[in-house]
Amino acid sequence: MNFGFNEEQDLLRSTARKFLDNECASETVRKLMDGPEGMTPDLWKKIAEQGWTGLIFPDEHGGMGLGFVDLVVLMEEMGRSVLPGPFFSTVLLGGLAIREAGTDTQKKSWLPRISSGEARATLAWMEPSAELGARGITLQAAAKGTGFTLDGTKLFVHDAHTADVIVVAARTSSGQNPPAGGQNPPAGGQDPEDGVSLFLVPKGTPGMSVTLLPTMDQTRKLCEVELKNVVLGAEALMGQAGSGWVPLARVIDRATVALCAEMCGGAQKVLEMTVEYAKIRQAFGRPIGSYQGVKHKAADMLVDVENSKSITYYAAWAMDEGVPEGQLAVSMAKAYVSDAYRRVSGAGIQLHGGIGFTWEHDLHLYFKRAKGSEFTFGDATWHRERVAQLVNL
Amino acid sequence: MDFALTPEQTSFRDEVRSWLAKNLPKDWSNRMRVGSDVPRPEVYDFLRTWQRKMYEAGFMGLTWPKDYGGRGLTFMEEMILQEQIALAKAPPVLNILAIGMAGPTIIAYGTEEQKRRYPAKMLSCEEIWCQGYSEPNSGSDLASLQTRAEKVGDHYVVNGQKVWTSIAQQADWMMLLARTDGTAEKHKGITYFLLDMHSPGVAVKPLKQLTGDDEFNEVYFDNVKVPEANILGGLNNGWAVGMTTLMYERLALGFGLQVRLRIALDGLVDLAKRTKKNGAPATQDPNVRQKLAQMWIDTEVFKYTGARAITKLLKGELPGPEASAGKMMWVEGHQRLQELAMELQGPYSQLGRGSRWAVDSGVWQYSYLRSRANSIEGGTTEIQKNIIGERVLGLPKG
Ligand SMILES: Cc1cc2nc3c(=O)[nH]c(=O)nc-3n(C[C@H](O)[C@H](O)[C@H](O)COP(=O)(O)OP(=O)(O)OC[C@H]3O[C@@H](n4cnc5c(N)ncnc54)[C@H](O)[C@@H]3O)c2cc1C
Repeated sequence: MNFGFNEEQDLLRSTARKFLDNECASETVRKLMDGPEGMTPDLWKKIAEQGWTGLIFPDEHGGMGLGFVDLVVLMEEMGRSVLPGPFFSTVLLGGLAIREAGTDTQKKSWLPRISSGEARATLAWMEPSAELGARGITLQAAAKGTGFTLDGTKLFVHDAHTADVIVVAARTSSGQNPPAGGQNPPAGGQDPEDGVSLFLVPKGTPGMSVTLLPTMDQTRKLCEVELKNVVLGAEALMGQAGSGWVPLARVIDRATVALCAEMCGGAQKVLEMTVEYAKIRQAFGRPIGSYQGVKHKAADMLVDVENSKSITYYAAWAMDEGVPEGQLAVSMAKAYVSDAYRRVSGAGIQLHGGIGFTWEHDLHLYFKRAKGSEFTFGDATWHRERVAQLVNL
Repeated sequence: MDFALTPEQTSFRDEVRSWLAKNLPKDWSNRMRVGSDVPRPEVYDFLRTWQRKMYEAGFMGLTWPKDYGGRGLTFMEEMILQEQIALAKAPPVLNILAIGMAGPTIIAYGTEEQKRRYPAKMLSCEEIWCQGYSEPNSGSDLASLQTRAEKVGDHYVVNGQKVWTSIAQQADWMMLLARTDGTAEKHKGITYFLLDMHSPGVAVKPLKQLTGDDEFNEVYFDNVKVPEANILGGLNNGWAVGMTTLMYERLALGFGLQVRLRIALDGLVDLAKRTKKNGAPATQDPNVRQKLAQMWIDTEVFKYTGARAITKLLKGELPGPEASAGKMMWVEGHQRLQELAMELQGPYSQLGRGSRWAVDSGVWQYSYLRSRANSIEGGTTEIQKNIIGERVLGLPKG
């Protein structure tokens, strides 16, 4: 057993830190988040040149073929910089969905372009009901000739407005098979996990409209995607009709681990900013960090940050190894880290006083990212319930 | 990063597992759990016999050098052992202060003679150790301690008093911190002694804890003679030696405590399944499910944070102030767990041992009360936070 990173991973971390400090300092983040795209073509190109867009994709598709433990290192650094833009959606949502569910032809046509940074992708799975389970997928995909017609609305879609292709989760049937006893025991004897299908919908497909939504965390761009009578050929279907839930759930689990890592990196940065400030800011003739009201809060923050990393690293390892307790690891991580990042980023503002409440100070970027991330892929309450189910409570 | 075991580690795990399956005393926990009706001395005898058996099977002091009674293995094997102990719900180690603190400190600072004399007998439970640090006027501010040791010929004469000394009434030896130079700065005039508790002039007076048990004691020293050879780590070097002990304590706690937390959690889950709430098992109540799941998560998180610390140790780094974070987390988790056990029992939580209505013969009431000490013993939570703030984060002293 070894619960540490190896030399290559340490190197990846220091390279990423240097790159992001240079290319994506706070002034850049602020410019990016003000624009609709959250990214410039120039920065995107540089990110791709680092090989990061292909990090987790196989060599044969132009990627680096690395695992989630490696990815976690990079995500921590991106979270540390609150990097805006479509990296997460392209690699961990759209790209990963193609890797997990795509046909050979689909992989060949998209993964090399995603790896090289030429194409951006995303995943549209949630709907206005905001349900996380398979039951939430109601967008209709009706069979038409050899193809399908899609009708419905997707919400909370990351970066759909800049994506070249969107993986859309739709319902091709209401679920015929008897319940498999999944996360949400279905009503009426129907298994909502059955009948979910994934489709590749390229940008500009007639009938699909994308609206960018104002978000509290401006570094994260969310969209509404409306599909009205969208006609797709058979080649748009990913894998087999009706059996899209399993790969989709795998994608979401993996993206959740990556998100947790991003959150760890952000929390670590908030802790560092706060400790530095507590050493220099004076009140009543001494540094505020010498007061226990401040020092003890900082100690609590450290515990939150370290624990968040421990459980996230474990979950990443579990993804790479495909161990049976993988889902449990994911939910433990997301439950813990959601609470921890919220606490840490809140305490960071508190310990900075008035300056922490300004637009000018970076703390609010982290605080907002923490809140947005908390409700992405399920909050702590949702994941605790999943833990309860997985350990047979 | 890899959590998989090597073939050697797997076979070690299997060895431990099958030994435990064969040798674990049946139904011991119901009979012997602290807080049950069995008198303390009988429990101590039982635990002593159990530790001896573990020792004879080669499962004590895994990481200690072979020359001093250990097995010369790594913390990896120690962790495997502890995990199996948790799974089997085996009894705790009685001589924990010796094994968690005194032993490693002697191995780190002792003379060859001391290293050959003491550690092996700790493992076999032939000699029980207690920790003589706290005094009536020195707890958190330990360096202000007043117990004196004066040199007379080739020995020292100790006078003064210790307090809250756990299992002193059972102990053969004490890790004693005493002042040997009253003129020096307070951290610099302290010496660490290995004191024979059977020496003339040592008086132990049990103190009743709020649980009703007398687990800790006052210890009085009236002209107690200690040979000079029983100084550990050099004259007036006791602060450094003693702090090492504390780091080991918190680390040992880290190992052992994760295991104890897991055992307590399994007990809690079992209790929740047996408890009815609104006519159904409490585990079906959404609020209870949330709390139990959080306990589960925290127990696992604690394990992996511990695993990261072990990885550091395996790379040859000493236990550092990070151990404070582990101790603090455990305390918070364990106290919350015990609160939850009370919550599950509702009005029944009021009934203690002796009542036929008491849940599980009142053992939860005992463990609930006992858990209040967790944030005091081994350094209070406030002190742990000072240590993390100042020594890990580098914040200025108050
Ligand atoms: C069950 C039990 C078993 C024990 N076993 C042993 C043993 O075997 N051997 C042994 O030597 N000792 C033992 N102790 C003693 C224990 O280590 C001390 O009680 C502990 O260190 C606190 O010291 P104190 O009781 O003097 O409290 P104090 O130091 O008087 O503290 C009182 C309160 O003030 C707070 N406080 C003190 N200083 C600060 C500060 N600088 N900043 C913030 N808050 C502060 C404390 O956190 C605490 O809340 C045991 C205690 C218990 C409860």
